[in-house]
Amino acid sequence: MGLQTPLYQTHLAAGARMVDFGGWDMPVNYGSQIEEHHAVRKQAGMFDVSHMLVADVIGPRAREYLRYVLANDVAKLREPGKAIYSCMLNDNGGVVDDLIAYFIDDAWFRVVVNAGTRDKDIAWLKRHAGAFQVEIRPRTDLAMIAVQGPAAIEKAAAAIGPDVADAKSLQPFQGKELAPYFISRTGYTGEDGWEIMLPAEQAPQLWQRLKDAGIVQCGLGARDTLRLEAGMNLYGNDMDESVTPLESGLTWTVAFDPPERDFVGRSALEALRARGVPRKLVGLVLEERGVLRAHQKVVVPGVGEGEITSGTFSPTLERSIALARVPAATADRVQVDVRGKLLPARVVKYPFVRKGKALV
Amino acid sequence: MSSSIPSDLKYLESHEWARSEPDGTITVGISDHAQGALGDLVFVELPEVGKVLTKGAAAAVVESVKAASDVYSPVSGEVIAANESLSGSPELVNQDPYGQGWLFKIKPSDPAELGQLLDAAAYGKVVENE
Repeated sequence: MGLQTPLYQTHLAAGARMVDFGGWDMPVNYGSQIEEHHAVRKQAGMFDVSHMLVADVIGPRAREYLRYVLANDVAKLREPGKAIYSCMLNDNGGVVDDLIAYFIDDAWFRVVVNAGTRDKDIAWLKRHAGAFQVEIRPRTDLAMIAVQGPAAIEKAAAAIGPDVADAKSLQPFQGKELAPYFISRTGYTGEDGWEIMLPAEQAPQLWQRLKDAGIVQCGLGARDTLRLEAGMNLYGNDMDESVTPLESGLTWTVAFDPPERDFVGRSALEALRARGVPRKLVGLVLEERGVLRAHQKVVVPGVGEGEITSGTFSPTLERSIALARVPAATADRVQVDVRGKLLPARVVKYPFVRKGKALV
Repeated sequence: MSSSIPSDLKYLESHEWARSEPDGTITVGISDHAQGALGDLVFVELPEVGKVLTKGAAAAVVESVKAASDVYSPVSGEVIAANESLSGSPELVNQDPYGQGWLFKIKPSDPAELGQLLDAAAYGKVVENE
């Protein structure tokens, strides 16, 4: 038996099929993951994401501290509530985790980190905290529900009530405290929506109200097909401590400017850039029948070999898609070893889907 | 989670079911437990009509978002039909694993083999112990 979120009993009562995810007992689907996927692209779906960890960074030097431990630059966050997606690196430039960081006020930032890396991340954050006299406060008192889809905000706002009318004016990548909720216009699906943080004991009641409003319960199966269609990395698959953001499609999240900002891992990344980055993360589409899966070998004739980091069947495209780490010189066609057969795949820029429509 | 295990069918430990038809042929599919464990199917590879199968040999492949899985033939014999609908609608296996989700039909070469399969109670124990 693993760790359980405040919604564990709710999922069981709903007949969810449960699986272990990073040590947590989580719902993989409530029936059909493909139907759940379509519900998010077409209307509204919701996910229990309470397994992720919210942590507050408190102190007058919070901004300075985060500018040192994160590869992206929180100085870009000017308006209260604005958030940024960033990697946290080790001294070799390898990725410790990816996260979202919010600027709430000058002495209060908030980060949301992955479930499987909770303990590692808190230890890492605390290790550097002393030098800046900031306090790292894990918020294990909070649960989090993500509502995603073109109708999600409308339905969620109606379900929660006038308390959160203000949240409808949030910009993308911005959050706001509207007690007892902290509402953020973020998500992991490529659709518009909110991630709602709230006191753990209130989560089952909110889940029920959202369900009554017609928002479809969605599990980790749909979560994975949605994020991959949206071209979003999954920590542990698409990157980990052994690889840098530069080889993970995340160069855009590393703020090398301003050059005076030192951050953990900066010098290792600069050295890699100077040598020439040998690999890149690309999107792949399989035209024929079959499913691309993590760890399958990618053959690039005349160039070398690579590996699928994440693969799945895309319900929106009705074919298989993947992210793969391949030699930098890879052009537009590769072959993938799928269950012993070399199948041709097309190299594409991702995301694969935007606003419910195929881009590839 | 409890799954449906019709009492009039025979089963393999590997989660295939076999139904004896009035005309002496055998219809084969995968159990409710199997379809639930696999999740939504996206592709099904069926044997060609006319193919001769041996009991226990890999005969078909069902592939879900999660994984690909071999389907073994419960009996020896010649394939006389394959469920064409599954090519456009593999989800029929999830929705109706014992009915519209049937995979293929065999003309058995050795009727005694049917008796070697598990009955519903025995298969129920297999599922319980998984």
